[in-house]
Amino acid sequence: MEYTGAEIVCESLLKEGVEVIFGLPGGAVLPFYGALSGYPQLRHILVRHEQAAAMAADGYARATGKVGVCTATSGPGATNLVTGIAGAMMDSIPMVAITGQVPRPAIGRDAFQETDITGITLPITKHNMLVMDVDDIAPAIKEAFYIAQSGRPGPVLLDIPKDVLAGDRRPFVWPESIDLQGYEPPGEADEIQLNQAVELINQAERPVIMAGHGILISHAYAELRELAEKAQIPVITTLLGISSFPTDHFLHTGMPGMHGMAYASLAIDKADLLISLGMRFDDRVTGRLSDFAPNAKVVHVDVDPSEFHKNVKATVPVLGNLKQVLKQMLPLVDRKTHVEWLQYIDTLRAEHPSLYIRQTDELLPQFVMKQLSDITEGNSIIVTGVGQHQMWAAQHYAYKEPNSLLTSGGLGAMGFEVPAALGAKVGRPDKTVWSIAGDGGFQMTLCDLATAVENNIDVKFAILNNGTLGMVHQWQEFFYDKDFFATVYSGNPDFVKLAEAYGITGIRVTDKAQVDAAIRQAMETPGPVVVDFIVKQDEQVYPMIPAGESVNEIMEEPIPERIF
Amino acid sequence: MNGNGRHHTIIALVQDRPGVLTRVAGLFRRRGFNISSLAVGNSEQKGLSRMTFVVDGDQYTVDQATRQLDKLIEVVKVANISEEEIVSRELALIKVKVTPETRGEILEMVNPFRAEIVDVGAKSMVIEVTGSGDKIQALYGLLEPFGVLELMRTGRVAMVRGQSEARVSDDLVLDYHGDHLKVNEVYEVGSY
Ligand SMILES: Cc1ncc(C[n+]2csc(CCOP(=O)(O)OP(=O)(O)O)c2C)c(N)n1
Ligand SMILES: [Mg+2]
Repeated sequence: MEYTGAEIVCESLLKEGVEVIFGLPGGAVLPFYGALSGYPQLRHILVRHEQAAAMAADGYARATGKVGVCTATSGPGATNLVTGIAGAMMDSIPMVAITGQVPRPAIGRDAFQETDITGITLPITKHNMLVMDVDDIAPAIKEAFYIAQSGRPGPVLLDIPKDVLAGDRRPFVWPESIDLQGYEPPGEADEIQLNQAVELINQAERPVIMAGHGILISHAYAELRELAEKAQIPVITTLLGISSFPTDHFLHTGMPGMHGMAYASLAIDKADLLISLGMRFDDRVTGRLSDFAPNAKVVHVDVDPSEFHKNVKATVPVLGNLKQVLKQMLPLVDRKTHVEWLQYIDTLRAEHPSLYIRQTDELLPQFVMKQLSDITEGNSIIVTGVGQHQMWAAQHYAYKEPNSLLTSGGLGAMGFEVPAALGAKVGRPDKTVWSIAGDGGFQMTLCDLATAVENNIDVKFAILNNGTLGMVHQWQEFFYDKDFFATVYSGNPDFVKLAEAYGITGIRVTDKAQVDAAIRQAMETPGPVVVDFIVKQDEQVYPMIPAGESVNEIMEEPIPERIF
Repeated sequence: MNGNGRHHTIIALVQDRPGVLTRVAGLFRRRGFNISSLAVGNSEQKGLSRMTFVVDGDQYTVDQATRQLDKLIEVVKVANISEEEIVSRELALIKVKVTPETRGEILEMVNPFRAEIVDVGAKSMVIEVTGSGDKIQALYGLLEPFGVLELMRTGRVAMVRGQSEARVSDDLVLDYHGDHLKVNEVYEVGSY
């Protein structure tokens, strides 16, 4: 049998086990869509904006660990993917984006809807390719999927000219292997590095584990838990590392950094060893580098050697696949108790109750998150936007299962909450998916509520509606003389009516007493639901370490009476 | 100069694919690394090119540059050879003004540099010289008073002496040799 380029794309995607593609068509990519209609095994989800296609693919990838696939036409279609691709790059998300390009003879002539998307995405993809020959399609797709999901994952973009998609028919040949001379993802760690690392771990008196996204990416939760329990080491989880270790575990010591738990940051401050696993010392984690972990040596395990010494000098860098490295390490690590150190951390927890929610009749956003956590028993997948609600979602939800917090960490892209939640639900139909939205972010991508309706994607949307660009408002409060310029939304729509306009149930909550019932009603209602929580304005996220400062400058919420 | 100075020599073996040069150049630009020279050409292996970069910066910068380069899919091997025993060469073409009176003087001057006269015109000649950057600079300095009409220089090409193949990504150095303080530099990044 013979196939067009577009059919070869479809055949190749089937070989890669793709189940779903998020996209929106246009002229240059039409031959692909023409072929797709003949491949019902490849579910296509039509979005309202290409940014949603990329972010849905991202959410799907985070929730399932598989490669997320999105597609768009040339020019504006392709450029609309850009924010979603950049987010996937920053957070190491396996994604393949396929864009149509103008026909080969038109390239370079400023043809209608021609943009150099491989040029544009050069710095925000792990790799990209302009596929100029039909015979290159199958190998390019095989390479793209391999690159996207191996080593440190990331997005790969394939730009395929229309005439390559539509050209002559030929047999489909799926390459047996790929030859990427310059690319070899690390596996097991070198013995020397490993032994040095183990020696530091066995000698440490005040060690902490800093677990990052790498634990989730390499499926190393069991190994992480074993390491922590064997040597009785407290585990701090970075924002993207949340859910790599059970929140209710007695060794779990919270998120560090700017809006992390004060006790986590203080533990790092006192620690004599950081065991940093698949994390990259982002500035939100470290604050001022010269004051970060001043007493600690650092064992840094990562699959990407460029992370070593980039922000924090590693005493012992260990290059390798995290799961494999931990497996190598476990038998060599001594059983320990670290009683004094754990007791000390307990004192910190008692003295700095960072998760305290004050008693008030007002509807606090933290309270909403706490109730949601209790009612769902920490078993939902939580997808957030960016801002205050994101931090409250990170702080007050007791995540139980791996990959249950999906959040735009590195890029911090508002609008992530809607499409990424759709992608997550498509990938994990068995789970309850809650989108925790800001009123600002929700309005960036709410057009894709229609996508939820059309495809019956059962996501529950909780808007923590403070009528402001809350996080920026908070910075103005603290650092810009309370000059609340351009951060108050005085003309927000009625989100309940808006939901109804889409044919979705909308519920408004203005009172504390209504919170539980609204959450339960949303979960009992089949299909997507929007719950508009009108929360207190001017609420600040605590604790806060101001940008570029250290734990010594931490701001904690004033607590009326000390509670222990 | 050696690895502690401001100039570092990095060589890379890269796949000969469209856009590789853009990828490499883009990486240097966006990470804020300064390339002071770059030379590219075929290597002894089919489908692979060799690049020689001279990079300005301290050890931190060069370590990062090497590791980031190594991450590019099309980069097969990278090595910072600044600490090695290397042979390195640059080439320059210098078009200099001549008159019947100066001709002899110039020819004499050029001789010890083992430079060649590759073109002779009525009022000018073109001199080709290869060697270290310093040597080229020295000849240029001597010729300048006569009036240099045009100067064209290549980037440096370099190779490790003896048997050793270039030190490379398979055993990419993981330790940090730079100034600790550079890593811990005080800075504030962004906001929300
Ligand atoms: C696309 C994008 N634009 C701007 C910002 C800067 N920013 C960060 S948080 C924030 C406010 C977000 O408001 P909202 O979604 O209502 O969340 P809240 O902080 O109020 O919970 C803004 C504008 C961003 N992160 N992303
Ligand atoms: Mg808001």
